[in-house]
Formats: sequence, C-alpha cells, structure tokens
Amino acid sequence: MRFVYIALALLCLTMPARAEEIVLGLSQDEVAITATFEGSRILIFGAVKRDGTETAEGDLGVIITVSGPKAPITVRRKERRYGIWINADAVEVDSAPSYYSVSTSGPFESVLKGVEDLRYSITIPHAIRSVGATVEDSEAFTEALIRIRSDARLYSTFVGTVDLEEDTLFRTAINLPSNITEGNYEARIFLTRGGVVIDEYDTVIPVEKVGIERWLYRMAQDNAVLYGLMSLAIAVAAGWGASAAFAALRR
Amino acid sequence: MLIYLPIAEVSVNAFLLLGLGGIVGILSGMFGVGGGFLMTPLLFFIGIPPAVAVATEANQIVASSFSGVLAHLRRKTVDIKMGLVLQAGGLVGSGLGIFVFNYLKSMGQVDLLVKIFYVVFLGAIGSLMFVESINTLRRTGKGRAAPKRRKHNWVHNLPFKMKFRVSGLYISVIPPLLVGMVVGVLAAIMGVGGGFIMVPAMIYLLGMPTKVVVGTSLFQIIFVTAFTTMLHATTNHTVDIALALLLLIGGVIGAQIGTRIGVKLKAEQLRILLAVMVLGVCVKLSFDLLLTPRELFVLGTAGGH
Repeated sequence: MRFVYIALALLCLTMPARAEEIVLGLSQDEVAITATFEGSRILIFGAVKRDGTETAEGDLGVIITVSGPKAPITVRRKERRYGIWINADAVEVDSAPSYYSVSTSGPFESVLKGVEDLRYSITIPHAIRSVGATVEDSEAFTEALIRIRSDARLYSTFVGTVDLEEDTLFRTAINLPSNITEGNYEARIFLTRGGVVIDEYDTVIPVEKVGIERWLYRMAQDNAVLYGLMSLAIAVAAGWGASAAFAALRR
Repeated sequence: MLIYLPIAEVSVNAFLLLGLGGIVGILSGMFGVGGGFLMTPLLFFIGIPPAVAVATEANQIVASSFSGVLAHLRRKTVDIKMGLVLQAGGLVGSGLGIFVFNYLKSMGQVDLLVKIFYVVFLGAIGSLMFVESINTLRRTGKGRAAPKRRKHNWVHNLPFKMKFRVSGLYISVIPPLLVGMVVGVLAAIMGVGGGFIMVPAMIYLLGMPTKVVVGTSLFQIIFVTAFTTMLHATTNHTVDIALALLLLIGGVIGAQIGTRIGVKLKAEQLRILLAVMVLGVCVKLSFDLLLTPRELFVLGTAGGH
C-alpha cells in the first residue's frame, strides 16, 4: 500500500504542475431541440484556480470555442462556360464543424499568439481542416465555406465578449442559432498568459432532438417504409378532408 | 411561429409554409399541374436543404392533387380510363427516366442538364401554348366561333382503338401510352410530377377538352408522386413529414379554391395563364444560368449527391 502512495507522490512530482487552472460551470449541460426550438442560450462561466506558485508574466486571457459535429464537405465553384454558369472546380474539405464560435476576453493580438492558434486550432480558419486540395487557390474555397456559414450565423467570432473579472472570474453567453443540427457539441476553454495557452478545459454539450422531433427522425431512419406510408396517408387524408369540408360549405 | 423541422433540421416560420402551400395549391387546382416546378425552388430559397425539398414536395403534391381530383370527380371532369392508360405508359417512362438520370449522373453535371431541360421544355411549351391561346381568343373575340381542332389526323388511323367517353374521344391507345411514357421519362429526369408537360400534351397531341385535361392530369400525378415519395422515403430518408404537413394544409385548401376559379374561367384564358406561368419560370431559370451569380461557391455534402 505504501508503495502505491510513493508512486502517486512521484507521479505528482514528475507531472508539470499547472499554477493556474480552469474551474468550469455551464448553465445547462445539454440542449434539447423541440418542435418550437428557436435557438438556445448557454452560459459558460468559471474561475481561475491558483496554487500560489504562479508567475504573472503577461496578461491573462480567456478564449472559449464551441464546435458542432465535424464532417467532410464539398465546395464547388461556378464558372462561365459556353455562356452559362456551371459548377466547375470542386474542393473537398476534410473536416468542417457544422457550427463554430470563438469568444475571447480581448483582441486576438493580446490573448493568442499565432503559433498557439495553429497548435490548438482555435480560430475559424484553423478549425477547418483541408489537406490535399488539388485545385489552385484552394484557400478561396475554404474562405467561401467560412463566408457562407458565417452568413447563415453558423460560424462566428466574438472578440471581447468573455467577461474577465479580477483576473479570476470569467463568463460568457453562447447563442446557438435555430438552424443547428444534432450531435455532440464540444466546448473548449483556453486560459492564456501573454498569448500562450497555459491551461485547457474541454467539455461536451449534447444537442439532441426530443419528443416528437426525435420520434419522427428515428422513424424516418429505422422504419422508412412505414414512415413513407404514414406520409402518404396523411397527404390523402388531408386532401380528402379539405375536399369534404369545402363540399359541406357549399351546401 | 417558428417550427423546427425534424428531417430538414432548420427552423422555419409555420405561417410562411402555410401561405406557400396555399398559393401553389391554387395554381395546382386551376391548371392541373402539381406545382413542384414552382414550390421546389421556393423551398430552396427559404433554406430547406435541396434533397429534403425535392422529396417532401412530392408528398405535398399527393395531397393537393388528391384534393383537386375529388373536386373534379364531383364535376365529372376526370377521364379515369385515359388517366390509367397514361399511367401505364408513365410507369414504363419513369423506369427509363431513372435509368437515363443515373447515366447522366455518372457523367457529372446532372444539375446543369436538368436546368437546361427545364429551360428548353418550359420555353417551348409555354410559347406554343401562349401563341395558340391568343389566336383562339382573338378569333372568338371577333364574334366567330372557335374553330374545332383538327379531328382527323394520322393518330386516328392507328390500331387498338378505345373509347374514352369522358373526353369524347375514340382513338388508338398508342398515342396516350407514348405521351405517358415520354412524360414519365421527363418527369423522372426533372424530378417533378410532369403536369406542366402532360397538360399541353393532352390538349394538343391527344385533342382532349381542356376541362377534362386538368382533372385527368391531377389523377395521374397522384400515382407518380406517391411512388416518388416512397422512393425518397426508403432510399434517402429525406421526406420531412412536418414540412409536408404544413405545406399540404395550405395546399389542399388552395387546391379547392383553385378548382373553383378554374371552372369559372374560359378554356383559352386558362391556357394563357398557364402559358404565362410556365414562361415566367423559364425566364427565371435562364437568368440563373446566364447572369453572374452573387455567390460563386456552393456547399455540398462530400461525395456528391
């Protein structure tokens, strides 16, 4: 038994002790998509825990990212050929989140260094992974992806929206739009000093359809034939209902 | 009131969908077209994913055509026998059409071909119908009786004659079978019920009376779109029942109103209006192909659809 204690003690000594650590809370640990879902607001708050050994070099910063499920996507570019606009080149983006937001406690220059951004894939262009693109100026395609998703309010950057008080307490609100899809949303909280990441805290917020939404979705996937017949039955019943109602009105 | 659609995975205004369904339903009841060629682009526009829009639209058309057919049945303006013959040809045509569609898909650029198909067919059918109806209207306007369309041509010398009492025709079954088949091919390629091709084909190729044409077209559209709905539901799982429900509530009511408007109009007026609508969609689609798009890039699921 004593051996275990010693081993643990040694392990603690060898581990790089983090002088400043994140303690986190969420206003809700899951998001339910109901039939009248109009988006959701999640409060992310926390504190910086210190063990007294910290050295205050550079300013403290907090960056919070929320990312939807990642999936590959094809971006096509239209081109004029023979006088008409057709889809010409295409670039396959290997992995792009369905939703992505970055919130910071201050301007990027002061809270995040370029190398750290690259290492942790924090800002939107770095959160999208595109390798092996064979088309020239493939950046134009990823830029277009970001532009289209930003217009749909799916990708966003909020500079200075994380409140940081007394270098200890932080909080922000993330507004999930109504056009989000199901899946596990990954929230990452970075603590930086002088633009260098000193601690990272990850948590998952499941976004799920509930009630009738879930039931219909599962049925469409698992009982496709029954679902199709049900759709047709509703269509026929509604058609007959309207016809009968109008016939009754005329009398 | 916003409603989150379970399959489309977007939130949309319920009243907007009811309104859209109603407008397209009115047109459907008036002209005997399913309205898919109007509704599908509208659904794209409000942000429904294309695959879901196409599949769900088919389901909605089942409802509005069924509602329209019942109204026409009450007026005895449905030639069921003709509808069934067209349908028989249509089934063969759909099979062929799906084969052609998959062949085009393997060559890429299927979207473009579908659009060009639309422009050519809508343009040709729309202009022909427009010119013909204007001429008829002008002649009747001068006080002379509308001339009967040529009653005897090569069509009437073909074998396998059949009596279509409601349409007042005694013709060979070969032309309706062929018309049904050609429309079936086009409908499968273009992803619509094919009413806007079927209606003019019945008037001009088969010589059916305009009043009977609308009901009969709706009758055969029910089967085509019901089949399409099942196909999409079982293979792509893209039929959104909540979206369909909202559209079809508006649609069935609209179809009833449309049928009543249609009965009050003269046949020539009905044809001119349909021609104008068909030409309008044709012009819009040509602009899409010719003008510089605002966004040059489009997103698609990886692997293509």
